Amino acid sequence: MAETMLHLPRYAADPPGTHPDNDSPEYRSSALRHPNRPLRLLPHLLTEITGPLFGQDRVRPGDDDVTWWDGGEAVGQRIIVRGRVLDSDGRPVPDTLLETWQANAGGRYRHTGDQWPAPLDPHFSGLGRTATDADGNYQFTTIRPGAYPWKNHDNAWRPAHIHFSLFGRAFAQRLVTQMYFPDDPLFFQDPIFNSVPDEKARRRMVSAYDHSATTDTWALGFRWDIVLRGPAQTPFEGEPDDV
Amino acid sequence: MSEQLGTTPSQTVGPFLSIALPWPDGPDLVAGGSAGAVVIEGVLSDGNGEPVPDGVIEIWQADPNGRFPHPDDPRGPVRYPGFRNFGRCATDAGGRFWFRTLVPGRVPGSDARLQAPHADVTVFARGLLRHLVTRVYFPDHAEANGVDPVLSALPQREREQLVAIAEPSGALRFDIRLQGEGETPFFAV
Repeated sequence: MAETMLHLPRYAADPPGTHPDNDSPEYRSSALRHPNRPLRLLPHLLTEITGPLFGQDRVRPGDDDVTWWDGGEAVGQRIIVRGRVLDSDGRPVPDTLLETWQANAGGRYRHTGDQWPAPLDPHFSGLGRTATDADGNYQFTTIRPGAYPWKNHDNAWRPAHIHFSLFGRAFAQRLVTQMYFPDDPLFFQDPIFNSVPDEKARRRMVSAYDHSATTDTWALGFRWDIVLRGPAQTPFEGEPDDV
Repeated sequence: MSEQLGTTPSQTVGPFLSIALPWPDGPDLVAGGSAGAVVIEGVLSDGNGEPVPDGVIEIWQADPNGRFPHPDDPRGPVRYPGFRNFGRCATDAGGRFWFRTLVPGRVPGSDARLQAPHADVTVFARGLLRHLVTRVYFPDHAEANGVDPVLSALPQREREQLVAIAEPSGALRFDIRLQGEGETPFFAV
């Protein structure tokens, strides 16, 4: 059989506590949306170790500058967000698409479902797209988002955040997450941020102020590296050693 | 051994994902009118059976020859003309989603046995802190489905839930229930 075995890469399991449990009662919207049955195990076969390789091909000129929309400039603190996309072995993930969305400087999303009394900005859509370069570096320019209230609990406010969506190079690496800002005083009461059980993992969602990314007379810089699952350390563990 | 970096945790897409995630060409893995095109359609619903209007479904699948345009496939990358192996569709006010695709070919498993034609399905929604993964199989492939290594590992009832239902219109129906009665089987990847 050895010659017919397909030796596929496998992706490492994340340590317990890295990701939220979908059954997180403090986040009320999860109550009717988390499965009750245990997850079955999907082996890493061809469909799981491949995936869409979206990169610069899905990015149009200007998509990496969220500060300008519909013929004018958005209000608020202009910021540059930059970092690297790596796998857990520290290897860069090159030419991979990042899609971002966020509230405006006043904490309001351009969406019919967001009706709280903060102003919309006629020149802010909240949508950004960029791709990593050959070394896994990405950068985009945007407005620092505001915090906003929601109905999860009494006097509930979401800490300022930017949503990120990444594909990596494999179905098994797909990640949607949120980037937060350093020292946000709203962390203590946010059930989404605190849904990540491991405190070190939680801190990995928080960007750092980066003076080297700050541009004189232009924008403040923040650094945020994103780490996707990497290859399992012993890729053929458990398979017969017959090759 | 190099030091391992901790992975970035997952967070919910939240209620405003439609600002960024829907693409105009998202649901079309092939253009309308393509020979052999089939529509997969369904409703995403919650533990009360209510539709989920703020979700996004993605699918990833082999082409009709069972190949992927990807360098990690040891058989080599192959691009099928006029076909994108990936689709994305946001749910509408009724929780509905759809894809226009080609039935994938059979893909090898971890040994010489072939898997049945399938697409991997990813579910994002407000209220889901981590995306869910399931698979959709095709009803006209009963024999292949009977020997598929992933389906075969499931209890009979769950196997049946992962096979789309042929509708009189010719579309294939694949509803996704997040919780409760008829809860879809989901996988850890």
